[in-house]
Amino acid sequence: MLEQFIFVGLLFFVAALLGALPPALAWVLRPKRPHPRKGEPYECGIYPHGEAWVQYKAQYYIFALVFMIFDVEAVFLFPWALVYNWLPLYAVIEGVLFLLLLLGALVYAWRKGALEWV
Amino acid sequence: MEFLNRLLAFLANAIVNIGDWIQGLLVNAGLPDPWPLLIVRAIGAIVVGFFPLIVVIFLIWAYRKISARMQGRLGPNSSGTWAGPWGILQTFADAIKMIVKEDIRPQGIDPVPYNLAPVLVVFASVMLWAVIPFGPGGALIGTDLNIGIFYILAFSSAALFIFLMAGWSSNNKYATVGAFRAVAQLVGYEIPQLLAILTVVAVAGTMKMQGIIAAQNVIFLVAMPLTAFIFYMATLAEINARPFELLEAESELVCGYFVEYSGMKFGMFYLAEFMNSVAVAAIFTTLFLGGWRGPWVDVAPILGTVWFLMKMGLVILMWMFIQITLPRLRIDQMLNFNWKFLTPLAIINLCVTVLVNKGITEAFPGGAPAWTRAGILLATNVLLVLIVWGFSALGQRRTQRRMMAWEAAQTAELEVGA
Repeated sequence: MLEQFIFVGLLFFVAALLGALPPALAWVLRPKRPHPRKGEPYECGIYPHGEAWVQYKAQYYIFALVFMIFDVEAVFLFPWALVYNWLPLYAVIEGVLFLLLLLGALVYAWRKGALEWV
Repeated sequence: MEFLNRLLAFLANAIVNIGDWIQGLLVNAGLPDPWPLLIVRAIGAIVVGFFPLIVVIFLIWAYRKISARMQGRLGPNSSGTWAGPWGILQTFADAIKMIVKEDIRPQGIDPVPYNLAPVLVVFASVMLWAVIPFGPGGALIGTDLNIGIFYILAFSSAALFIFLMAGWSSNNKYATVGAFRAVAQLVGYEIPQLLAILTVVAVAGTMKMQGIIAAQNVIFLVAMPLTAFIFYMATLAEINARPFELLEAESELVCGYFVEYSGMKFGMFYLAEFMNSVAVAAIFTTLFLGGWRGPWVDVAPILGTVWFLMKMGLVILMWMFIQITLPRLRIDQMLNFNWKFLTPLAIINLCVTVLVNKGITEAFPGGAPAWTRAGILLATNVLLVLIVWGFSALGQRRTQRRMMAWEAAQTAELEVGA
């Protein structure tokens, strides 16, 4: 079992090399002529106003909350799906009930207007 | 003749035989025990790692050429500066150009995540390939982890953090908005993707990629077309292909999270995008098209690799068609499509498929024939699609009525005002 992960470890080095090599090569080859005007953040030709790290109205946060429900659910459902073939019928129905509860939660969020884009 | 026969026998199972040959050479050279196998595996890792890179180099050319022909342009060709016949060397020229370009670094960036993001984005998409089976048995090059598809999920969702790193560290408003959108989109579409994968895992009974392929006596695209559809739409969003291309959105966000990257660092994001679409095609092939399975694979295992690559090419071609022809969705349409259509559909699909499949197993105590099982699952899927169709038609009519009522009320108000 563990020796299968040796390949993953080897690929780790190859992937790191593939990721790091082109930027490193570019770092050696490219010209370096920095200028303060070049370094301004791109804002379609207008002088940048303030910095970008300000508080945004992140409309996505309710979506993120709903996502949390489903992501935690996955932790429970993967083992269930894996042993599904050996489960008796009632255990499968229990899993389905759990999923329907989640669907209920989604419908609740929907009816509450959490899924509307504002 | 004798030599020819031996050559054919060697080529028929080329991947395993080349591995054995190298290992034999190393053993004969007198290397102590773990090293020959380790070196063979390392060569395998290099092949697997470079495979997406080499595919992508030609895929970028093919994509530009095909998209140009579909839009009535010529695309890269050899007029002007010579770039090979049909401009086939265009990608190499672009790569060289990007490497020797100056790297313009904006003021006020956060240097560590800013420089790490382009490295990690390629890293994550190469790591996906560890569990992709290229062929049957020992000819899979990679490894057959018992958590196969879970491993893929882990590395494909890593892209989200990398996009956030790139967008947030760039000190640019467009990049920050692009990063927020990346979070909303990738996080959202992970759910239907996950539920579709759960359906496949439940029916196949394993998370091993080879196991999933072995379970497909009838390919899952035929047995569970709805699951395949859900998975495909979700992966289109995960690799931000055109209908869900909101992270980049050239005309509104200029480039989204990587607007401040230039030179090779920009090239890395571009590369990773194509690499991901190839990886996703490979995953779709494995999960729904039966991977390397095809005629005569038991005679010549190398044919398995050929079938796999051909199926993968078809999936990539479909991705290209969608990417080139469709316009971009609006952000609320994108979120609605996911949360109000794809996710509920995926949950219902999972419940129904799991119940029906269990029912089939109970009804045939001696084990159901593959085609019977597939036929019943297919019929269930068709029924489900019809029901969903009916419901959405009802919903549409209701929305229409409400809009008409609203318009009537507006007109009435205007008349009172006048």
